[in-house]
Amino acid sequence: MEPMEEPKEEPMEDELEIIHAEVDSVLKRYESNPEKLIPILQGVQAKLGYLPKEAMLQIADAVQIPEVEVYGVGTFYNQFRLNPPGKHQIKVCMGTACHMTGGRIIMDSFERRLEIPEGETTPDREFSLERVACVGCCALAPVVLVDEEVEAKVRPTRVDGILLGFGMELPSANNKQKEEGREE
Amino acid sequence: MSVSGLKVEQAYQQLKIQAQQKLAGLQEKPYVLVGTATCGRAAGALNVMETFCNEIEKHQLDVKVLEVGCMGHCYAEPMVVINKPGFPQLCYGSVDEGIAARLVSDYLANDDPCFEFAMAALEPNDLFPTFSDYPRGVYEQKIVLTDCGLIDPQDIDHYLARDGYTALAKALDMGPDSVIAEIKNSKLRGRGGAGFPTGIKWETCKNAAGTPKYVICNADEGDPGAFMDRALLESNPHQLLEGLTIAAYAIGAAKGYIYVRAEYPLAITRLRTAIEQAREKGLLGESVLGSKFSFDIKIFQGSGAFVCGEETALIASIEGNAGIPNNRPPFPAISGFHGKPTIINNVKTLSYVSHIINHGADWFKSIGTPNSPGTAVFALAGKVVGTGLAEVPMGTTLRTLVYDVGNGIKDDKNFKAVQIGGPSGGCLPEPALDLPIDFDSLQEAGAMMGSGGLVVLDEDDCMVEIARFFLEFTQHESCGKCTFCRLGTKQMLDILTDITQGRGKPEDIDLLWELAEDIKIGSLCALGKTAPNPVLTTIRFFRSEYEAHIEEGRCPALMCKDLITYHIVPEKCSKLCDACIGSCPVEAVYTRPDMLKAIDLEKCVKCDNCLVTCLTLYQAVAKKSPPVVEEGES
Repeated sequence: MEPMEEPKEEPMEDELEIIHAEVDSVLKRYESNPEKLIPILQGVQAKLGYLPKEAMLQIADAVQIPEVEVYGVGTFYNQFRLNPPGKHQIKVCMGTACHMTGGRIIMDSFERRLEIPEGETTPDREFSLERVACVGCCALAPVVLVDEEVEAKVRPTRVDGILLGFGMELPSANNKQKEEGREE
Repeated sequence: MSVSGLKVEQAYQQLKIQAQQKLAGLQEKPYVLVGTATCGRAAGALNVMETFCNEIEKHQLDVKVLEVGCMGHCYAEPMVVINKPGFPQLCYGSVDEGIAARLVSDYLANDDPCFEFAMAALEPNDLFPTFSDYPRGVYEQKIVLTDCGLIDPQDIDHYLARDGYTALAKALDMGPDSVIAEIKNSKLRGRGGAGFPTGIKWETCKNAAGTPKYVICNADEGDPGAFMDRALLESNPHQLLEGLTIAAYAIGAAKGYIYVRAEYPLAITRLRTAIEQAREKGLLGESVLGSKFSFDIKIFQGSGAFVCGEETALIASIEGNAGIPNNRPPFPAISGFHGKPTIINNVKTLSYVSHIINHGADWFKSIGTPNSPGTAVFALAGKVVGTGLAEVPMGTTLRTLVYDVGNGIKDDKNFKAVQIGGPSGGCLPEPALDLPIDFDSLQEAGAMMGSGGLVVLDEDDCMVEIARFFLEFTQHESCGKCTFCRLGTKQMLDILTDITQGRGKPEDIDLLWELAEDIKIGSLCALGKTAPNPVLTTIRFFRSEYEAHIEEGRCPALMCKDLITYHIVPEKCSKLCDACIGSCPVEAVYTRPDMLKAIDLEKCVKCDNCLVTCLTLYQAVAKKSPPVVEEGES
């Protein structure tokens, strides 16, 4: 089993209110039935982007099951995340075809540029980096999902291109050296 | 025909006539079908569709543009079919915005079908070859994929007009027992992987005590290299709904679920639309087609856990729990969802049902092999030219599948292995290519039919690495219930990682074998029981690769990052080209005073970018294994 993600920050007071309101609105759509736990968690994550601790406590209370069961389900499935996602979500496909055509290289490239390991969010919450098992576009491998848009046949150069597209500055030494290379 | 049967038949005929009238109106004018399943979209199908719409408006033409699913030719996405009265229906592949604009101005506005962009015609004609004039078309035999990519999945009338739901009307007249007898007689085996006879499953469930009964469609396609179920859901959802409804009628269920991965948002949207339209037409809901049978379907979104493909785990998941498998027996057909009799069938299995009811068990048995009748749907991926979906009769050899249907290996490389059956399957070498594919023959070879993922590997693919990749997957997806699966796979993964990173020990191969046997015995569900298959088959067929890693620190396929270094071949380097320097993300490539390029091995992150860049120019970048340390500076 993978190591558990730990919620990192305590939400602010106003964030708490939003969380409670959103969870309430989701809970209203479902009867308070433990069997609806997964759809409820999916609904909350669709609204908030992740499952904050407070939301899980509130859900446990509403459907009347122990908190640990909500946490257990929340950590069992790959879909749920306990930390807020970045503004831009980057999902690198690690299916068989993508892996064999260099998915790992693409993941490495993102890790190097964003300076975070897979599964984390940049400190400014601009980007989050995840692996996905297979998005089902094996013929176009390696594939990256950038904010749910599929990027096909990605190369390390395209990784830089994607990040440049979001206004990220690449190491200046890179450009400098290239100019030098041309002068020679 | 009974009175109630007559009523059903009348209700159905009315729906069909309505649909055919509507479609006849469409056929009279030119129209364009754009394949917008996920694979098509990834290749840019939505932009192509927009171009068609804009250009058609610009030319003020009366041409409809429709979204369809996937025809299975993923290598040629985005794909477009154009129908113009007076011309054969033509299919165009790898269409971009430019080609789309040309097709509108030259073909739709004028009468030049642009044969230079065409792939094939759909029906025989005097102008252009059809798909069956190519090897792929000769060896393929489509049953469940027939209508994929040719009908609008969001419009039930397209399905109805092509005799869709005929089988449901027929089944309602036949009665549950005859339906089960027909399926049993057809020897249809579950396409989810294990190949259990579907008819026996249904019969067991029908005879089981307890009500209500449930039917569940397993669309939790978790194999990381398979996409047949997604394509079927996105391209022809009604075929599945019809099969599921017939299954429910046969066993006497009033409620059904489709358990589909949340990672397939488009499939979920198209399924939702399909279910709503079926309800509106009276094909779902209270008294289906005016009969006494009532049935409705709910979609349950799976949250991404490979183990939920296992029946009992899937049920646990629908019940709101973590997807942890339970002991069988009792089988779900006796005691499943809520402890009630439940059948769980794969998307493909249910998609065959309507065809068997329509054409009869004998027709189905005339295809394929005696013990595995029918066809097999494969998702061809990896180093094969013709990637995509292929449906071939059972008993077709792997060689036909790879070389005729798949059109051989990319870039004239040498074939090394096929990985079949995903994380539960195995890697089969060249001699196994003449194996006829069916459930039993693959099992004997140490692999598995699985759900139909087929990844072709060439000389550049390291077999130790592929084994490590699958172990990493199953280890991550192990639910943790059984000790052998939870800890054993972890130990195997650690050993394999060590080998790929150059820390392997001579005794590791035997240790892996021993662990693999233990995990097979000590695990409850198929995930654990089959997890060692990729390792066992690669050791059996490619032992020398393991030994090269361990004894020489060498990766024969030049794939394992820690065992290779990148170099410039001086004799090949042009000296005046800077392509490799520009391609390097970490400034590791530089120009020496004598203009020759060189790679700083300290800085190199082995991203392969310079090699790929130079491949089209001078092929001056090469990999070496075992890694060379001192070179680079001179």
